[in-house]
Amino acid sequence: MHQGAARGTLSSVRNGSDSHSPLSARPGEPVLRLEDAGLAFGDRVLWSGLDLVVSAGEFITVLGPNGSGKTTLLRALLGMQPLSSGRLSIRGAPPHRGSRHTGYVPQQRSLDPVTPIRARDLVRLGIDGDRWGVGRHGHRAEVDELLAAVGASAYADVPVGLLSGGEQQRVRIAQALASRPSLLLCDEPLLSLDLRRQQEVTALIDATRRATGAAVLFVTHEINPVLPYTDRVLYLGPHGHAVGPPDEVLTSPRLTALYGTPIEVLRAQGRVLIVGDDAHTHHLEEAGA
Amino acid sequence: MTSVVDPGAWWSRLFDFTDYGALLPLVHNSLIAGALLGLVGGLVGVFVMQRDLAFAVHGVSELSFAGASAALLFSVDVVLGSVLGSLLAAVLIGLLGARARDRNSIIGVLMPFGLGLGVLCLALYPGRAANKFGLLTGQIVAVDTTRVSAMAVITLVVVGGLLLVWRPLTFASVDPEVAAARGVPTRTLSMVFMVLLGLAVAMAVQIVGALLVLSLLITPAAAATQISASPRMVPLLSVLFAEVAALGGILLALGASVPISPYITTISFLIWVVCRSVGSRRTRRGWSRRAAAADEVDGAGHAPVATPLG
Repeated sequence: MHQGAARGTLSSVRNGSDSHSPLSARPGEPVLRLEDAGLAFGDRVLWSGLDLVVSAGEFITVLGPNGSGKTTLLRALLGMQPLSSGRLSIRGAPPHRGSRHTGYVPQQRSLDPVTPIRARDLVRLGIDGDRWGVGRHGHRAEVDELLAAVGASAYADVPVGLLSGGEQQRVRIAQALASRPSLLLCDEPLLSLDLRRQQEVTALIDATRRATGAAVLFVTHEINPVLPYTDRVLYLGPHGHAVGPPDEVLTSPRLTALYGTPIEVLRAQGRVLIVGDDAHTHHLEEAGA
Repeated sequence: MTSVVDPGAWWSRLFDFTDYGALLPLVHNSLIAGALLGLVGGLVGVFVMQRDLAFAVHGVSELSFAGASAALLFSVDVVLGSVLGSLLAAVLIGLLGARARDRNSIIGVLMPFGLGLGVLCLALYPGRAANKFGLLTGQIVAVDTTRVSAMAVITLVVVGGLLLVWRPLTFASVDPEVAAARGVPTRTLSMVFMVLLGLAVAMAVQIVGALLVLSLLITPAAAATQISASPRMVPLLSVLFAEVAALGGILLALGASVPISPYITTISFLIWVVCRSVGSRRTRRGWSRRAAAADEVDGAGHAPVATPLG
């Protein structure tokens, strides 16, 4: 019910104040293209030979142990980290810092309760915080619309530091949507949220991509909250990577190959549990938990 | 010397408004300097709060003191000396202390070094003791015209600089990770702000002295953030509070035979106390009218979490 409501308002964001602007991307249109992409720091290869084309509206879940290069992948997509090899383009052009084609949702962090900034100001920074000068009054309607779209209108004027983790993440999503991105990069947005908030935030991101046509790259340790929405999984492992629908990638043989050590994937009541038996995999238990 | 237990004598040393009209023109320059400092301190303080740089301000002011003392010893312009000292400290802290923990230890190392250097220079300085003491705890003597002009130039640079980088600096200060992802040059801005901060500190040292710089660079902004979270109201209130403290302090101190800084610091502190009590009452009651509405959005049975300030 809540999802439906969110969807409705999100469409109004898309068609609202700026109706002549094109939809962030047409369904099925490729938004992100990685060709034979690789990233290495000196001898340490995080990933290589990565081929991935992500279409508008697609939900890609990026999984992998710590240090497998998930965050570095996001940094590359944000234009903050050049590839070591291969090609990368977002809507046909190489990524550059501050591109308005990409929106970024970080992990939830506790903000100082006295940080003098309200929810609406955080969203406003997403619109023009990267420009020089003081900035004029205005954009109020746009900010209100964005906040309404994520169901955060009730606490628009509350200092961000006083919001709960789930509320903060809603505001974060509104902020990321401010530039009408065609690619939404989510960097562990569920971390430190309880299960209920994890489900709400994930449902909101799913509603967002359906309404705006933005593709989603969702980096997470928590597979289960995103599983119902995931179109494809990108699994970055110590011994290579795998791309495909969750049922094809999240299998014992494939993960065993990716980790180079026995891994078992269990499914129960629609949930996935990944179990391994050495130090390599403690984070995986976390992932399945 | 007046007896230390005579309250009447104390009072007349602290507050003496005889010949007030005749004295007022004498502090004309001090008032201008105070007004400039209020503007700079109020604005810079907002970012000092956002960037959690209170300790850095203190560290920079000690090196500014060292620079001013050295200038006194070598008969160079004192403002120039304190500007060079605080710029050096600010740039060092900016370069070496990107992370908070690093930064605090670097400041902790720089601060006593600067203070010691300043003490050495003052010990070697043959001039009047009041001049020496003034650099640490504030000036008694009137500010001369050259010093006011120097402060006006610094004010122009600091305020102009802040207005230019206001939005991205705010973004980089309150939300550094997303700001960097949105292409805001966070490291450059951090350096730019440290330079502006160094200039502001050098200016404050002239009036309130190195030890009391925080009273105009933190307290007004801290008071403002207690009662508002609006990015427009906080700087306005902060400047207002800093002006009241700086100008009010100078006017109260006019006939007194003690430095102006205790008046400034006390006014500044009282404003903060009032704002703090208003702010904590507001937090206890819940910020604005959100409680009921937020609950509805957030799912039944889950009251919104409001972290108390205290």
